Amino acid sequence: MDRPIRVLVAKPGLDGHDRGAKVIARALRDAGMEVIYTGLRQTPEQIVNAAIQEDVDCISMSILSGAHNTLLPKVAELLKAEKVEDILVIGGGVIPDEDIPFLKEKGIAEIFTPGTPTTVTIDYIKENLKRDK
Amino acid sequence: MVLEERLLQGEKRAAARLISMAENHDTEAIDILKRLYKKTGNAHVVGITGPPGAGKSTLTDKLVKALRREGKTVGVIAVDPTSPFTGGSILGDRVRMNELSTDPGVFIRSMGTRGHLGGLSKATAAAVKILDIYGVDYIFIETVGVGQSEVDIARNADTTLMVMVPGLGDDIQAIKAGIMEIGDVFAVNKADRDGAKRTATEIEMMLDFNKTDWRPPVQKVIAVDNKGIDELLDHIRTHMNHLKDTGKLQKRRTENSKIEIIDLIQQNLMEMILDKSSKEEKVNQLAEEVALRNCDPYSAAESILDRIK
Repeated sequence: MDRPIRVLVAKPGLDGHDRGAKVIARALRDAGMEVIYTGLRQTPEQIVNAAIQEDVDCISMSILSGAHNTLLPKVAELLKAEKVEDILVIGGGVIPDEDIPFLKEKGIAEIFTPGTPTTVTIDYIKENLKRDK
Repeated sequence: MVLEERLLQGEKRAAARLISMAENHDTEAIDILKRLYKKTGNAHVVGITGPPGAGKSTLTDKLVKALRREGKTVGVIAVDPTSPFTGGSILGDRVRMNELSTDPGVFIRSMGTRGHLGGLSKATAAAVKILDIYGVDYIFIETVGVGQSEVDIARNADTTLMVMVPGLGDDIQAIKAGIMEIGDVFAVNKADRDGAKRTATEIEMMLDFNKTDWRPPVQKVIAVDNKGIDELLDHIRTHMNHLKDTGKLQKRRTENSKIEIIDLIQQNLMEMILDKSSKEEKVNQLAEEVALRNCDPYSAAESILDRIK
């Protein structure tokens, strides 16, 4: 069945830099996806609850505060606690290379660092959905 | 079957999945709605409409919070436009309602219009039914930002709340036909701005000409400061009581059901016709001929229809 991919774009944590999230939201929109944009300063609980109500295929989080090692795994944990296994979780932002293996181990499927062309993220989402399209 | 039971038990994920299925024309969702239709009709459905940037989402957020303080449960369906070119969309109404995300008594769903005009999406009516079965006391439907003629909301709601703001035009705008006619309750938001009083007066003057027995109240509010919200909520409830007391609720729902049936017939017919005539290909071919003036659009349409006769 042909349907648009639904993606929740969220900014967990306390930094107020949402330009990156907006660029990603716009790029995903132009790729034909339905983007649920939730904006700044989201708690992991808010993100997971919104993702469930919106029945999204993917959660895409942008974080520039340095708190990624705490907040991103927390989202994956809450999803697991809710027994949600079919949502792809990805992250982006200023995240040092040495932190990436840890985040992947915690259930974040992929991390996109500054300079990544938006097409790379779009293709990644399309190819790694956990649900039938 | 499992999904159906989970919905009846009030499970959020089941409601969410069913709405997606309805949006994607999954026949299983329709089958479930056929079986459970009798369980709908309990929620007070409130439509919230108005021009882009009028403050519909912020106002919805505040109204929901006021209802939550009374222990009522609420569903929100927020519609935003889909791109006519890519089919993509940015659904941004949740930005104003973030605090409600973790409230177990609130369910918020964003929907793209997916090519449907009129201010709602094709699946909005199904989503309302699903939330009704899921079991909420109130359902708010927030339309896309509207212009002058998107009146679908009135056909899907018991009460239509029209959100206006100062500074959008003179009193001629207020007496034009279209959306200004469908408001059961009016809110003038951003009432701390210049011209709010004038906007409210112009709406009142327009309403003076109405000959119905319900006089829509006009309430000034400042949504961001939570001012005028309780009064507005009272108006919304008074309208529902009026509908019930006068027997108009049944009448309104009958009219709305009639429009829904006709809409569904149209949708199904369109699918039937376009499926049988190898769909877009033929239409595209004809469109080219029409644009080149080799064929007129009337004959083109007839030639498609002839194929199913």
